[in-house]
Amino acid sequence: MEAEAAKYIGAGLATLGMIGSGIGVGAIFSGFLQGALRNPGAAGGQFTNLVLGFALTEALGILAFVLGLLILFS
Amino acid sequence: MADPMHQFEVTKVVDLPDFSLPGVGVIDMAITNSVVAMAIAASLVVAFFAVATARATVVPGRMQVLGESIFSFIDDLAVSIIGPEGRAFFPFVFTLFVFILAMNFLGLFLVFTATSQLAVTVTFALLTILLVIVVGLAKNGLGFFKLFLPSGVPWYLWWLVVPIEVISFLLRPVTLSLRLFGNMLGGHVALKVFAGFVVSLGALAAGGGVGLLGIPGAALALGGVVALTALEFLVAFLQAFVFAVLTCVYLNDAVHAGHH
Repeated sequence: MEAEAAKYIGAGLATLGMIGSGIGVGAIFSGFLQGALRNPGAAGGQFTNLVLGFALTEALGILAFVLGLLILFS
Repeated sequence: MADPMHQFEVTKVVDLPDFSLPGVGVIDMAITNSVVAMAIAASLVVAFFAVATARATVVPGRMQVLGESIFSFIDDLAVSIIGPEGRAFFPFVFTLFVFILAMNFLGLFLVFTATSQLAVTVTFALLTILLVIVVGLAKNGLGFFKLFLPSGVPWYLWWLVVPIEVISFLLRPVTLSLRLFGNMLGGHVALKVFAGFVVSLGALAAGGGVGLLGIPGAALALGGVVALTALEFLVAFLQAFVFAVLTCVYLNDAVHAGHH
């Protein structure tokens, strides 16, 4: 296989890491909505925690994305 | 289609003579478009708060309400996460938040996003983590290292927990900088790619014949660009907020290292 082609395939494979991040972010928001609909009064106070969990989970997807870019452009 | 990465290229706007620092080497002092974007963001922030607080009254006007609500938003955040000691770190967190927010928003209006440069975000992350280490060592002395040993862990698990905690601490500046950088980069690349679809599908439709099918495709892509731009405004705010929240969380770890 040509090195150039392998690079593109590798970059594509690297982005597969975003699958897990997508599932994780979905799980966080689904958990938040479930809790928020049961107890709407307490939902507003948990916004910071929601964003925090979202950010920590999303970071892994971003790592995969950056890795893909690194493979593609270096 | 135009190269979607072209928008992130740093170019020199004003070339200044190189400056050589003994021990470090030659430093390029040229004013680049990155510097210009950051300078515009910083001066906009200063101008906004100068206007907001110019005629401060007990019953605030519109601009004053806006300025005060941003102020109290971050103040509440710092105090709710760090506790009363959080007031001491409020200026740092507030500066970071407002500056990153201004740069993110400017990137959506201008051609260049300063926060899509890894050098810029790494600088912010290093500032934060150095402050965390300095504050942690100053407040707790060697007790700061209890951060790597959560209370309640039985002694026979220390060998497993301590390396994990050390690695996760060392990864904090990495993820902090990559998150902001990756979000801004990814968002702007997606915008540029969708905008490129509009142009290439329009060129296809200009050829006539079957190519006319490109017109609904181009309209769809244009709608995508509009929707993505709206999403990017949300992301721009969210990433600035996330940076501020994580700065507060890490500072909280440093301030309260003992009971972690």
